Amino acid sequence: MEVLYILFPLALLMAGIAVVAYVWAARAGQFDDMETPAMRVLHDDQDPDSGKPKAP
Amino acid sequence: MSVLRQEPLAPDACDHCGLPVPAGLYDAEAEHQFCCAGCRAVYETIRGFGLDRYYSLRGDEEAGLQANPDGGSFATFDHDAFQQRHVEELPGNLRRIELQLEGMHCAACIWLIEHTPRVVDGINSIQVDFGRKRAQVVWDPSRVGLSRIAETLDSLGYTPRPYVGSPLDEIRRRESRRLLVRMAVAGALAANVMLMSFALFAGMFDRMEAEYRELFRWSGLGLTLLAVIWPGRTFFAGARASIRTGVMHMDLPVALALAAGTIWGAVNTVRGAGETYFESLTAVIFLLLVGRYVMQRQQHAAHDAVALLYGLTPGVVHRVQRNGSLEDVPVEALESGDRVEVLPGESIPGDGEVQDGRSSLDLSLLSGESEPVNVEPGDRVFAGTTNLGSPLRIRVDSTGAETRVGRLMNLVESFARDRPRVVRLADRVAHRFVLVVLSVAAATLLGWWWVDPDAAVENAIALLIVTCPCALGLATPLALVAAIGRAARKGILIKGGEAIETLARHGRLLLDKTGTLTEGRTELIELHGDRDTIRYAAALELGVAHPIAHAFVEAGRERAGAPVACSGIRYAPGEGVAGRCEGREVRIGSATFTAPDGLPSRAAGWERDVIASGLSPVCIAVDGEVVSVAGIGDPLRADAAGALEALRERGFDLGMISGDDPRVARAIGRTLGLEDEAVHGRVAPEDKARHVQALRRDEGSLIMVGDGVNDTAALSAADVGVAVQGGAEASLSAADVYLSRPGLAPLVELIDGSRRAMGVVRRNMAASLAYNLVTGGLAVAGLINPLIAAVLMPISSLTVVTLSYRSRTF
Repeated sequence: MEVLYILFPLALLMAGIAVVAYVWAARAGQFDDMETPAMRVLHDDQDPDSGKPKAP
Repeated sequence: MSVLRQEPLAPDACDHCGLPVPAGLYDAEAEHQFCCAGCRAVYETIRGFGLDRYYSLRGDEEAGLQANPDGGSFATFDHDAFQQRHVEELPGNLRRIELQLEGMHCAACIWLIEHTPRVVDGINSIQVDFGRKRAQVVWDPSRVGLSRIAETLDSLGYTPRPYVGSPLDEIRRRESRRLLVRMAVAGALAANVMLMSFALFAGMFDRMEAEYRELFRWSGLGLTLLAVIWPGRTFFAGARASIRTGVMHMDLPVALALAAGTIWGAVNTVRGAGETYFESLTAVIFLLLVGRYVMQRQQHAAHDAVALLYGLTPGVVHRVQRNGSLEDVPVEALESGDRVEVLPGESIPGDGEVQDGRSSLDLSLLSGESEPVNVEPGDRVFAGTTNLGSPLRIRVDSTGAETRVGRLMNLVESFARDRPRVVRLADRVAHRFVLVVLSVAAATLLGWWWVDPDAAVENAIALLIVTCPCALGLATPLALVAAIGRAARKGILIKGGEAIETLARHGRLLLDKTGTLTEGRTELIELHGDRDTIRYAAALELGVAHPIAHAFVEAGRERAGAPVACSGIRYAPGEGVAGRCEGREVRIGSATFTAPDGLPSRAAGWERDVIASGLSPVCIAVDGEVVSVAGIGDPLRADAAGALEALRERGFDLGMISGDDPRVARAIGRTLGLEDEAVHGRVAPEDKARHVQALRRDEGSLIMVGDGVNDTAALSAADVGVAVQGGAEASLSAADVYLSRPGLAPLVELIDGSRRAMGVVRRNMAASLAYNLVTGGLAVAGLINPLIAAVLMPISSLTVVTLSYRSRTF
């Protein structure tokens, strides 16, 4: 059971990294718009039927 | 929502919007059918750009929005004054603007808009925010003008307007992010503490070695301390404010429980004996923050929705230059002392004096009066009124916030600031709850002191923790948020939970006349005498920009007959129109204009009938004899009478307020079953608000329903202001509720929904108080332990969540 002394801080460290990453994301505004990105993934940019995009 | 499915639309459905194609526009030969010119134009633009995949991305159920391109010019978007206000310079010679887009309604719209950079050279990127209906456009000004981008978006069916942010935006965004961070951190900590507690609970039953028990307790303490100090500080701040203002607030017992529980748990951890309630403490923090975040997000969403509705297309002004030529500038560039030309149909950009020209003005925006007013050189005119007759040259002496409309808007803000806060149900309950919990805790401490001093502290702290008003804190926000969300789907936008609470009460309901109870446009309602004369009237009035003329033209269009040719048309401002039609001399207008020697008795009788029904009489004379009298007026909304009856049944004291003549107002009131005393006529916009304030002072809750700029101050002075569909932008910003469906039936739905929502709030409170009674009783009896507390806490919150989201409110 002594392994707990290693696993415990390790688990907390991993959780801590996740929280730090999350806080960064929230402050950077990643969660400001919860709707559009969810819909955007449905658009396939390689549209098969309209061929190549017109030249810009 | 299936986005990638395409099913053939019904053969007679519009290929763009899917609505039925009117019989007259159906073309059996054509490959594609359209319900209107707007849809055809948009369809052709989309095909022309090679973006037809839009139609396969869009499922049929997302169709149903008619394309309505503005078709106007967006030349002002390129003007310096406009760009300075709305455009941000980016490095690399790029520019960025935030635009609000009308008509965006499905995932395929996002695709279409975000693909425009492929077809318009010079746009770097467009990023859509679907929830707020905005798009960020980055473009290269040396390669494409902003007006061209705006025109393209418009031609796709999304009319762009510059987004005018409010200073609150940034504060709100930061507040929202902070709450989101705190909520999620609290959640992560609560989950980890919970896992450790499970280990401890398991250890209760099959003997855990003391060494590991200590490890779990110390780790739990560490995480709890972090939770209390970081996300938990929200409650300590609230408690401090509660003590300072002397108002009992839910944050006070929460803060007390958090502090006492943490200290007690820390003491027990250090001495290695006794209970700890770490999982309950962290769960309390997390659940309460969830309630707050949900509430805040919903409120911001309502604000965003309203912001979209009152975004203004920039106005163009024709400024007269020194050399006499005209120059088009945005209205923001206008200064006091400038001279401007106002064409018929345009609105006046600032307060000032007429220098040149005669015309009649539609003052309904300011006064609410439907009758136009004549002006000539020397007369004062006000911003926001509309020129109906002929071109006017005006010397502007005040612009923007200095104008009468601008001052009215300031009044709105001051009324909104002074509005006393309603004592909310949740606050009243919290007040008593806090007192009860604190006294019971004190009694428990004293009572157990005689039995067992050690258990006394333990039990008192257990009581504080288990009665922590977790479910109670969620009860009101969740129920109201669920109701606001349901209402929004039905086209009723509610800006805050407080409005729901006030609407659920009985009280007084004051309605504006023009545009709220009535359609807000002039129509031919009655016609006495020779009905054939309408053909002459329609032909004579065709070129006149007067509302009465418009009513005749519309009426003539409905009964289509052979067109009548008229000659020698003369327009007498304020009197009428005369001319020759089919060889006969026709005069339309006031009694004195059509019959200088006095009306014949038959026509005088008609005129009396017309006035009695609250309409304006217009006489039509053919060859010098008055053969018919028309009643012109603003027709009542079809559902007005029914809605008022329904509101009366629900216990409301109804009243009407109007800028129109008291006699007209009373006549309309009578047809709606309103007593003459409940109808207030000829009330100036500034007085409307004072009227509302006075009524509110002695009647308790007061709801104002209106639509126009002249109602805005009154809307913000009332306990709840409701703006109806078609209302002016300004009234939307002042109102607490906006009904985006036409008619007054949504008003009845709003009241019913609010009452049901408050029913849910009460049920929620009853449920959570019942849980508190049980857990509190166990704690007083000394029977509670951390396991029971940890199980009951989420169950009570879950009950409240289920009750809130499963109940049908709107």
